[in-house]
Amino acid sequence: MIPINPPFDLLPALLPGVGITLQLTIFSSLLAFMLAFIVGFGRLSKYKSIQVVSTIYVEFFRGTSLLVQLFWAYFVLPHFGLELTAMQAGVIVLGLNYGAYASEVVRSSILAVPKSQTEAGIALNMTSTQIMYRVILPQAFLTMLPPFGNLLIELLKGTALVSLITLSDLMFMGAQLRITTLRTTEVFCLVLIIYFIIAYPLILGVRGLESKFSKGRA
Amino acid sequence: MWDWEYAFSIMPQLLKALQITISATILGFLLACILGLLLAFARRSNFKPLSLVTGGFVEFVRSTPLLAQLYFIFYVLPQCGIMLSPLSAGVIGLGLHYSTYLSEVYRAGIDAVPRGQWEASTALNFSRTRTWLSVILPQAIPPIIPVMGNYFIGMFKDTPLLSAITLVEVLQAAKIIGSHTFRYIEPITIVGLMFLVLSYVSSVGIRRLEARLNRW
Repeated sequence: MIPINPPFDLLPALLPGVGITLQLTIFSSLLAFMLAFIVGFGRLSKYKSIQVVSTIYVEFFRGTSLLVQLFWAYFVLPHFGLELTAMQAGVIVLGLNYGAYASEVVRSSILAVPKSQTEAGIALNMTSTQIMYRVILPQAFLTMLPPFGNLLIELLKGTALVSLITLSDLMFMGAQLRITTLRTTEVFCLVLIIYFIIAYPLILGVRGLESKFSKGRA
Repeated sequence: MWDWEYAFSIMPQLLKALQITISATILGFLLACILGLLLAFARRSNFKPLSLVTGGFVEFVRSTPLLAQLYFIFYVLPQCGIMLSPLSAGVIGLGLHYSTYLSEVYRAGIDAVPRGQWEASTALNFSRTRTWLSVILPQAIPPIIPVMGNYFIGMFKDTPLLSAITLVEVLQAAKIIGSHTFRYIEPITIVGLMFLVLSYVSSVGIRRLEARLNRW
């Protein structure tokens, strides 16, 4: 029942899917990273309108299910004349969804920097931009790293959902391969292990970064 | 574009499917709470192999997609002679996946109980079971309830994944309605709004609960 020999003959059929999964992870995490800072700053903005818009964005994308958002982008948007390929829909929705979570990380990390740091900046006659970029952000960034790492792993796991909007990622290839070969146990074990192999270096990388950045600091 | 009459006509079907979504969430969460506590205990065990295996299991489950795990439970277990209905496979999948997250939450809660409490229990000659049940857990659980609540909402938002293992929950119902009538706008939008409303209401509830727990 449990394969004694590793089913390496199944690997070539799965590898193209790994490529798609990695592409999706990279593009959507870049989008999410940018959005996180834009929206995170937006929520701390002194303009009420920017605050409201970014809060609505965050609550909307955190409040609805990722899969529902994917379906909406892929099946409903074309009715409004916006035709997206599965890849575009995947990157945009994953980016928007995890961007909303990550913006909360940015916001709370900036707020977690002690107020005395801002006051010290003012005392040194720094401009508010200088205070943000030279004093607040370098400290807040350290706080952001571990949750960002966790979100990156969540995003990688989230990419499996695009298989349900017909994008041929690793999960999709696995499900297809099960139908064609009927070697269910081997295929799904392999898929799980490949996901773990992709995720594990990320976990280790995040831990490494964390200890590197926290060196020489309290 | 948006047809109100059609939207109202499909509401009963969607609300019925929503019940399945909600019951899958609640059952899955109960399972996750129990399994999570067991995993937290196993990880704290003095028996090294047990804590190592548990640690590895938690790490593995947390870093692989829930969807892949659901497929595994639904398609691989029957080959070992364990037949599962889509709902029970889904509940087990959700429960197992989230139990690994909750085990970390429990761990944090247990670690936050001051050492003095353990020492006091030893001084009072409490048995291990009594120490856990009447000293440690009553202090460890209340502070982590809001965090558990957030995982509950997270799990609720993950239930549409069960449509992949043929469970007709609310998203799958919407898709079926859409494929019958060729109108996807209303069903999928309504499902999105249902999720938005329910998870927003529950997150407000959790914030209230958090404020109440912090008062003590």
